[in-house]
Amino acid sequence: MLKITGLHASIEEKQILRGINLEIKPGEVHAIMGPNGSGKSTLASVLAGRAQYEVTGGTVDFMGKDLLDMSPEDRAREGVFLAFQYPVEIPGVSTTNFIKTAVNETRKYRGLEPLDAVSFLKTMKEKMKLVNIDQSLLSRSLNEGFSGGEKKRNEIFQMAMLEPKLAILDETDSGLDIDALRIVANGVNQYRNKDNAFLLVTHYQRLLDYIVPDFVHVLYNGRIVKSGTKELAMELEERGYDFIKNELAVSEGA
Amino acid sequence: MENMYDENDDILEQVTSSEYKYGFVTDIETDSAPKGLSEDIVRFISAKKKEPEWLLAWRLKAYRQWLDMVEPKWPNVEYPPINYQDIIYYSAPKQKIAPNSLDEVDPELRKTFEKLGISLTEQKRLSGIAVDAVMDSVSVATTFKEELSELGIIFCSMSEAVQEHPELIKKYLGSVVPATDNYFSALNSAVFTDGSFCFIPKGVRCPMELSTYFRINAANTGQFERTLIVAEESSYVSYLEGCTAPMRDENQLHAAVVEIVAEAHAEVKYSTVQNWYPGDKEGKGGIYNFVTKRGICQGDHSKISWTQVETGSSITWKYPSVILKGDYSVGEFYSVAVTNNYQQADTGTKMLHIGKNTRSRIVSKGISAGFSNNSYRGLVQVGRKAINSRNFSQCDSLLLGDKCGAHTFPYIEVKNSNSMVEHEATTSKIGEDQIFYCNQRGIDTETAVALIINGFAKEVMNQLPMEFAVEAQKLLAISLEGSVG
Repeated sequence: MLKITGLHASIEEKQILRGINLEIKPGEVHAIMGPNGSGKSTLASVLAGRAQYEVTGGTVDFMGKDLLDMSPEDRAREGVFLAFQYPVEIPGVSTTNFIKTAVNETRKYRGLEPLDAVSFLKTMKEKMKLVNIDQSLLSRSLNEGFSGGEKKRNEIFQMAMLEPKLAILDETDSGLDIDALRIVANGVNQYRNKDNAFLLVTHYQRLLDYIVPDFVHVLYNGRIVKSGTKELAMELEERGYDFIKNELAVSEGA
Repeated sequence: MENMYDENDDILEQVTSSEYKYGFVTDIETDSAPKGLSEDIVRFISAKKKEPEWLLAWRLKAYRQWLDMVEPKWPNVEYPPINYQDIIYYSAPKQKIAPNSLDEVDPELRKTFEKLGISLTEQKRLSGIAVDAVMDSVSVATTFKEELSELGIIFCSMSEAVQEHPELIKKYLGSVVPATDNYFSALNSAVFTDGSFCFIPKGVRCPMELSTYFRINAANTGQFERTLIVAEESSYVSYLEGCTAPMRDENQLHAAVVEIVAEAHAEVKYSTVQNWYPGDKEGKGGIYNFVTKRGICQGDHSKISWTQVETGSSITWKYPSVILKGDYSVGEFYSVAVTNNYQQADTGTKMLHIGKNTRSRIVSKGISAGFSNNSYRGLVQVGRKAINSRNFSQCDSLLLGDKCGAHTFPYIEVKNSNSMVEHEATTSKIGEDQIFYCNQRGIDTETAVALIINGFAKEVMNQLPMEFAVEAQKLLAISLEGSVG
C-alpha cells in the first residue's frame, strides 16, 4: 500500500529526514517511535503534504501512485488520513458541517454523488458510537474550546467518517488521560481491518498496550535505526531510548 | 439543521463561478434628464414626479444648502474628485403607460428582474416576500400591495406615497436624517427620485418580508433613492434591501437615504445585502456607495436592528445608526463587510443612547483581501440622562493575504456613571494551519476559505432572513474568489 524509499526532507534548510525506508501492507499496523526531535512528526507531515517541509530526496508510492506529486487534498481524497497532534480550531464552522464538506469533496473526487442529508446523518450516528462522541460536541465550532480528549476523539471520528486506506496518527496519545486513551484506541481497533493500514507515531509505549502494532520502528536522527515487533516497544519502555543510542554509537564506532 | 448542510454544499459549489454575475445591461429606452446639477434639474425632477409645491421647496432648500457644504474627507478612503456635473440625475425606463397591474409592466423590465432572481409575478413568489423594484430613478413595480393594504400596511414607491399619502410623507420625510445632516444626504434630498415607503399601523405585525430591490442600469446615472419606514406602536416589520449594477468602466454614484421611525413597542428589522458592482480586479469602475441610514427608537421599548452584508461597491461609506430616544429601547447593528481587490470600505454604526435603560449591540465582521482597505468606524454615545444604559461592541477583522488593510476606529462617549460600555476587537488571519487542516480532509483551498469566512461571519449571517442568508453566503464566497493563492 505504502512504500517509502530513501525519503529525505528538510524544513528551513535543516535536514530532518535522512533516508527513510518503510513498507506498509494492507491490514498492518506500524508504530514509529523515537526520542523527541528524531523526525517522527516530520514524517507524518511530509506524507500528508504540509507545505513547510521540502522533500529533498526519495520516493513515496501509495497504491501505485506517486504520493509526493499530489496536492495535500488529493492525497486525502486518495485515502491518506492524518490525525493531527494539535487539531486546528475553525470558529463558526461546526464539526458536522466540516466533515460533511470533507466527505462530499472526497466523494466528488471519486466520482460519487454527494451523500444526502439522511444517509449522512445515519453514517454519522454509527461512527459517533465508535468514539463515544456526542451530537452536541459535533454541533459546536470545530475544536473550539474542546478538551484535549475531545479533540483527539474528534480526529478519530473524522477518520471513521472519511474511511481512509492509510491512517497516520501523530502522537494521538499525547495529552490523553487513561480513559480517553482507551476510548480513542477502541475507536481505532474497531475501524482496523484487513484492507486498511495504520501508521502510529508515538513517543510512549503506552498507546501500544491498547493498539497492538504488527511492527515497531525506532526513528533516530532522521533514519529508522531499528525495527521489530511489539516486544521492541516493551524493551524501549524498559531501557529508554539511550540503549538505542548506545547501540548505535557502538556500531558506528566499530 | 439538515437543510442547512445541503445549502452549505450548494454555496460551496457556487464558488467556482467567479465573475460578477449581475454585470449585464438591459437595453431599454429611457427618459433621462440632461447631465449635470442645477436648480433647473431639481425643478425638472420634481415636475416629472408631479410633486406638491412644499416638496419642491424642500428640495430646493436642500440643494442650496448642499452648494455651501463640502464633501467629507475624514473617511479612510481615497478617490478622485467627483464631477457632480457629469452625472445624470434622472433616468427612467420608458413605459408606454403607467402600469395598473403587474401584468402591464414592460416585459423587458420584468425579464431584467427575473434575471436577477426577483420575480415580480406574485404567484411565482416562493415565500411571500413583497417587492418594490427600483430601476435607475424610478420604482417599476411593487408586489402584494393589495394583500398588505387589507391590514392597513402601506408599501409603495416613494413617488406614489408623495401623491397618495402626502400627510405622512410631510410628517416623516427628513425627520430622522435632516436634509443637511451631511453632504450626501443634502444631495439626496435635493435630487432623490424614488425609493420605497412603508407604513405599519398600530398593533400590526407585517406577515411577510418587505423588500426593495435596487438596480442601476443606465450609464452615467447616479441613483439617489430614499426609503422611509414608519412603524407605529406595537407593530413589527422585517425589511430587506438588495442591489446590483452592470459592470461599467466608470464609477457611478449611489447616495441613498434610509429613515426608520419606531414608535413604542414597535420593532423594525432592516437587512441589506449590498452587491453593487465592485469594479474590476485592477480597481477600475464600480459604484461609490455613500449612504446615510438612520433609525429612531422614538417610543419606549422599541427596537431597531440593522443587518448588513456588504460585498459590493468600489467604495462604501455608511453607518446605519440608531437614536435610542425611548426608554428601554434597543438598537442593534450586525455587519459583514468584505473587501477584495481594490475595494475600500469605511463602515460601522452610531448608537446614540438618550433614553434610560437603553441597550445597543454591535457585531462587526470585516474581511479584507487583495489590496483592499476595510475600516470599522463606530460611535457609542451615552447621554447624561441615559442612565443604566448598556452597549456591547464586538469588532473582528479577518485578513486574507498581506497586502490588504483592516482598521478599527471606535469612538466612545459616556456622560453618566451608571452605564456600561464594552468593546472587544480581534484581528486574525486565515492561518496556513487552518487551510492545511482542511486540505488534509480533502477540502481544496478555495472551498476551505469559503468555509472559514462563513464561519467567521456566522453570527451576523444568522440574523438574516433565511432566503437572504443563503444568497449572502454565496456572495461571500464569490467575492473572495481567487484571493488566496
